[in-house]
Amino acid sequence: MTATEKYEAVIGLEVHTHLLTRSKIFCGCSTGFGAPPNHNVCPVCMGMPGVLPVFNRRVLDLAIRAGLAAHCEIAAHSIFARKNYFYPDLPKGYQISQYELPLCKGGYIELPAADGERPRRVNLVRIHLEEDAGKNLHGIDSSLVDFNRSGVPLLEIVSEPDIRSPEEAGAYLRELRLMLRYLEVSNANMEEGSFRCDANVSVRLRGATELGVKTEVKNMNSFKNVEKAIAHEIERQIAVLESGGRVVQETHLWDPEREETRPMRSKEFAHDYRYFPEPDLPPLKVSREQVDEIRAAIPELPAARRARYLRDFGLSQYETDVLTQERELSDYFEEVIKAPGLSNRKAAANWVMTEVLRVVRESVKPIAEVAPRAAEVGSLLAMVEKGAISLNAGKTAFAAMCKSGKSASATVAELGLAQVSDQDAIAAACDRVIAANPDKVAEYRAGRDKLFGFFVGAVMKAMGGKANPKIINETLKSKLAG
Amino acid sequence: MTSDLYKLTVSEARAKLRARDVSAIELTHACFDRIAAVEPRLHAFLTMCEREALAQAEDADRRLGAGQAPALCGIPLAIKDIFATRGVRTTCASRILENFVPPFDATVIAKLRADGAVFLGKTNMDEFAMGSSTENSAFGPTANPYDLGRVAGGSSGGSAAAVAADECLAALGTDTGGSIREPASFCGVVGIKPTYSRVSRYGVVAYASSLDQVGPFAKTVRDAAILLGALAGVDPRDSTCSARLVPDYEQSLTGEVKGLRLGVPKEFFVEGMEREVEDAIRAALKRFEAMGARAVEISLPHTEYAIGAYYLIATAEASANLARYDGIRYGLRAEAATLGEVYNLSRAQGFGAEVKRRIMLGTFALSTGYYDAYYLKAQKVRTLIRRDFEQAFERCDLIVTPTAPTTAFKLGEKTADPLQMYLSDIFTISVNLAGLPGLVVPCGYDSLNLPIGLQLIGPPFGEETILRVGDAYERSGAFKRRPPLV
Repeated sequence: MTATEKYEAVIGLEVHTHLLTRSKIFCGCSTGFGAPPNHNVCPVCMGMPGVLPVFNRRVLDLAIRAGLAAHCEIAAHSIFARKNYFYPDLPKGYQISQYELPLCKGGYIELPAADGERPRRVNLVRIHLEEDAGKNLHGIDSSLVDFNRSGVPLLEIVSEPDIRSPEEAGAYLRELRLMLRYLEVSNANMEEGSFRCDANVSVRLRGATELGVKTEVKNMNSFKNVEKAIAHEIERQIAVLESGGRVVQETHLWDPEREETRPMRSKEFAHDYRYFPEPDLPPLKVSREQVDEIRAAIPELPAARRARYLRDFGLSQYETDVLTQERELSDYFEEVIKAPGLSNRKAAANWVMTEVLRVVRESVKPIAEVAPRAAEVGSLLAMVEKGAISLNAGKTAFAAMCKSGKSASATVAELGLAQVSDQDAIAAACDRVIAANPDKVAEYRAGRDKLFGFFVGAVMKAMGGKANPKIINETLKSKLAG
Repeated sequence: MTSDLYKLTVSEARAKLRARDVSAIELTHACFDRIAAVEPRLHAFLTMCEREALAQAEDADRRLGAGQAPALCGIPLAIKDIFATRGVRTTCASRILENFVPPFDATVIAKLRADGAVFLGKTNMDEFAMGSSTENSAFGPTANPYDLGRVAGGSSGGSAAAVAADECLAALGTDTGGSIREPASFCGVVGIKPTYSRVSRYGVVAYASSLDQVGPFAKTVRDAAILLGALAGVDPRDSTCSARLVPDYEQSLTGEVKGLRLGVPKEFFVEGMEREVEDAIRAALKRFEAMGARAVEISLPHTEYAIGAYYLIATAEASANLARYDGIRYGLRAEAATLGEVYNLSRAQGFGAEVKRRIMLGTFALSTGYYDAYYLKAQKVRTLIRRDFEQAFERCDLIVTPTAPTTAFKLGEKTADPLQMYLSDIFTISVNLAGLPGLVVPCGYDSLNLPIGLQLIGPPFGEETILRVGDAYERSGAFKRRPPLV
């Protein structure tokens, strides 16, 4: 057994995610991303003397929505607390957060199951509300602070130490992000800093029940980096233990350039936050009616949607995963299959995954901007399905629709892609071909079945390539049999 | 030209302004003339706003001329330097905010501005409202108008002295543990601390958020009622502010006290109280009984724990409230090489000794391992004190007590002993802990000609009752105001 196999990693994650509100949590300033520095600020989010916070009720609805989706218990009575520490981006010298009595307790996130395996559950400790801090910008000889982000509402989602590998940590984060996006609670964008993650990592001998000493890993700005940083930290801790050392409880920063974690100087994190109840804000009261109302408005979540695709549409695990990875794409697919006359969902799924996703990926733009309206793609696919156009014609029409934005029917008509399904016209063409080739007819009737293809080709040619091959087949079969 | 218009009460001035017998400009000039005459000896103000005040007076005259002006239109007021005033520096009597000019108005300032009030200037106070004598001002103490060698009380000493010395018609203060009532008592003026949540705290530099409350100083109870009516009411910027309708306080001044039960807490007549103070309070009680009210002995058994609980809760909240003065965004910044030094030096240079003492005390009370024993225990005591009052109000309509155990003490007398200073608030602090309204009305002078104040404590939102009783006492003629020495 290698050293790595001797040990088991124990990982808990703390995720901070921005809530999608227009205004900040305790003042009326905009939460818009990308404004010039110190543009979205006021005396309240700048921590001027004498200002007071006023809670944005919209934040509560979103937080409850997330809490319900994660199967949490929603507290009827929760309170805000002050978390005290000094930092230039923290204008009041304390952060308004929740400590005792958070809004959501317990709950879990179910990770998608690999083929044939049971889904894994990661339990949650809590979900609570807090305000974000500003951002320090460091120049060569000075540092500046931008308070645009100060007071943007945050949800802190704290998991139990239920995660056992870097990959599982990645899966948890992806599933959580997906859920938040489906809920329209957060855009959960790691690059914009609206979705951030700290990891608590420890290792112990396999089979041990007690937890090892943990370290906190910070500063990971992508899912890949989270996985890499945790993997590095696990290896580092195992190496320390294997060489007879002891893991020290401290905070490590991930350095994405050098791909290693480094301990912060202990002074920098030796905080006693001195939490106490926030006297400027009354307790948050949540009624059962409010919870029921929010619960009723929760959309279908990724886990349920995946199960439905597998069960009802006969899609594969892979197809299901691709189609549900973004709510936009999944909603698009749902819209496509609503088209009248479309019944082959598997074919529709394929189309969305190949044709639609291709244009999305090539343009790197949102689906709504580059793909035709879903309903039009649906009716295009319905035409293919019923044979009004061929599969190839469908692809031609789709490409044209992406550029023109025109409807499926208009495009098919404009490009003359419609298959001729007119029985009489096809019958007439068949008659002409039969009349013109008496020898071949005789040969066929004598048993040279292979000649059938020749007749189909000739009829198709006579019809300019647009005839419905299925009808040609049927018509020729009956006429030649005659 | 000198005029004695500055001696007017708010209600007298309101009548004269509305009748156009005097103009707001004349009244404002009269106050500035008075200020010029007495201010060098008092030091009640930190910042004068003559130019702005005259512009406000001019506006007020225009509105008064057009009729239909609000009660405070054209009335010259002094503002404690704890209220954020847009464009006028707001120091909180601290070096750390010495040059701070807020870009916004406190809610009460905006209300008064909209009513057409005239702001003469910003008054002196204990730094960040921490103190009972205004000696903790970074800019020097305020003298008591009745004895220049004595303190004006605190923390709103500047406002109390300015009203007592007729530098203004009325003034704004704040009260966290007695900061309106003790200086009102020491300076012989009326002061009211309303029920917690009655007046918005937005824009009032926070000392202890769960205790701070805004209130007026005035020359008469009627004036205090007029001002309170203008200050009180719901504020969307303060979520702790009550939405309860504001009654017409002036209308409640009926002079009627017959049948009222006046609770007299036995725990408040303690050793250490000056004989002459106790005599004055007992005489006032006799007067009330003669007017048809009834004195009943009550008990507030947890009174002795009030100061301890207060100095844990208030300082804990203060330790967080004062963390924003870090030298980063505004206020004093010490130039230093590292971030840690910027914090340490800015705060070391910017805060005075008492402020530092309270920040350290509060930080300690909230620290891991001490939280339960100090902060949490203090909150439990607070609940017991609130319950004491609830039970007391089952037996009485209001409570009558002394305001402070002594009359104004000498400058420097208690500065070396913080504990002695803290005891000045022994009769006022529990009222803040319970969130109740408290009115101070002058009720006599001691043998040194120093004012003595009577404290009337009401149940939550009982402002009408205590104002009515205070006004009735004034009207009974039991007390004659003596002019200050200045």
